[in-house]
Amino acid sequence: MTRFLTRRLLQAIPTVVLVTMLVFLMLHLTPGDPAQVLLGDQRSTPEMLERVRADMGLDRPLVEQYLTYMGSVLGGDLGRSLITNIPVGESILLRLPHTIELTIAAMLLAMVLGIGLGVLAALRHNTVVDTAAMTLALIGISMPVYWSSLLLIMLFSVGLGWFPPIGQGSLDRLVLPAFALALVSAGALARLVRSSMLEVLNQDYIVTARSKGLAQRRVIAWHAVRNALIPVITILGLTFGNLLGGAVLTETIFARLGIGAMYVEAVLQKDFTLVQGTTLFIALAYVVINITIDLIYLVIDPRIRYD
Amino acid sequence: MTDSAAKSPTIIALADAPKERRFLRVLQRARRSPNIIVGTTILSVAIVLVVFAPVFTGFDPVEQFRRERLNPPGAVHVFGTDNLGRDIFSRVLYGGRISLQVGIISVAIASVTGTFLGLISGYFGRWADSLIMRLIDVLLAFPSILLALAIVAVLGRDLRNVMLAVGIAALPVYTRVVRASTLSIKQTDYITAAQAIGSSSWRILVAHILPNVLAPIIVISTNGIASAIIAGAALSFLGLGQQPPDPEWGLMLSQGREYIRVAWWVTAFPGLAIMITVLAINLLGDGLRDVLDPRLKM
Repeated sequence: MTRFLTRRLLQAIPTVVLVTMLVFLMLHLTPGDPAQVLLGDQRSTPEMLERVRADMGLDRPLVEQYLTYMGSVLGGDLGRSLITNIPVGESILLRLPHTIELTIAAMLLAMVLGIGLGVLAALRHNTVVDTAAMTLALIGISMPVYWSSLLLIMLFSVGLGWFPPIGQGSLDRLVLPAFALALVSAGALARLVRSSMLEVLNQDYIVTARSKGLAQRRVIAWHAVRNALIPVITILGLTFGNLLGGAVLTETIFARLGIGAMYVEAVLQKDFTLVQGTTLFIALAYVVINITIDLIYLVIDPRIRYD
Repeated sequence: MTDSAAKSPTIIALADAPKERRFLRVLQRARRSPNIIVGTTILSVAIVLVVFAPVFTGFDPVEQFRRERLNPPGAVHVFGTDNLGRDIFSRVLYGGRISLQVGIISVAIASVTGTFLGLISGYFGRWADSLIMRLIDVLLAFPSILLALAIVAVLGRDLRNVMLAVGIAALPVYTRVVRASTLSIKQTDYITAAQAIGSSSWRILVAHILPNVLAPIIVISTNGIASAIIAGAALSFLGLGQQPPDPEWGLMLSQGREYIRVAWWVTAFPGLAIMITVLAINLLGDGLRDVLDPRLKM
């Protein structure tokens, strides 16, 4: 366990270093003069450009610039927004809770819907229920999150008036965005759970449990579902990534002040430092999430040995 | 996956059959697959409508009929008009050209580059493998739509950059699958034989390994087009791809958002268009997976 954790963390180091290099290079990969990029859409004089170059150390060798950048990143300094002058780290921490709230709500919804639908389809294999459940799952997968968001607003907000169309801060304002965000992942989960469940139902230990005379319900709940959910954990990382990505769209549509909406705004306003800092933060967070999920997998399924 | 046991004799038979027979078998199985039939039918209709758009609509997608703003669907404007009095039906058709184009081009970028990297990585191993896999790890360190957003942020907002960004974000899956297949094919006797008679590495890769990894590539690419259409339209929705006045499904959705209370049709039709197209492609992809590569069956 500790050995696995150490190895997994060591493995992540080159990835993290490469990510920081890439994020650092974003400024230099952007077409045009980096100094002008940092000035945004402002009109610039040669003196202004010169000053930015000197202030930001753009006139120094690239390696030195990278080391300086890494120095401040490690010190928790991601720079200041080019537009508001607020420290990037502060903005991220301010917006983060809203995104966490939305992604966790969506994750729970996706799991409930996806696992429920998948188990149901597997238990009624090759019946109308199975076909209907899988059709629903396919529709879920094929619904872009921005379209399902707008559709939900049309139906439940404009049409029925059950939920407010935009905003945040209360439970009724969380329902629509979380649901819209959950749909795609729920569809993918349902398909995975179904196939995993079908496989498990054919295993010897299920047959044994049945022949022991255990009640059907108990066999399913205790033996089948528990084992069928193991492969689901492997795609939780991917699901989380999809939800984080989808949050960019749902937050924009539902006017929620999360990291996703902030990111889009930063890109649109060419707020370079904010884009750079947020990109780095999200990538690192995602790497940590994936390691955590691998760990959960290891704890839950003792049959898995990573070494 | 339970079905795979029942199907395995067919797989073996398929693998042993000569090339032409194998192709015919696949075709025969494809003709019996409801997923493929339904998917292909819907997709063909969509492609015909989009490619021959001028035949199906007389309206210019950017022409503004100032006195016909936000008209509901009717006899003249079948899907109604938008806030600038433009015909939504023709905007959906012409917009589809861009969405489909984004889907196909980004997948072409992803699958060609991804396959190439996967072949190199799997066959040559060593430093090439380490280098390529580290690169893929970095790409995987970002949720894909966010990676695409970051790339567009760096390169600038423009449809060509969107295709490139979506393509790069989709690349890892091809590399990983091709690398894994290459690793196992490399161990087979016929590759050893080819090496023994002095075939060059490139010949082995192109003539012997590539044909054997094509099936999964085709399956992943098909579903990949669906995801690429969604991702491309997402970037246009956010204002980073196609710029007005030209239509694109994602852009139309974002423009319709403001009128969602008074004119549902401005949003509904482009939304349905993207959903039906993606659904058809996914159906086709699922069908192809069952026919070509039952091991991937979910």
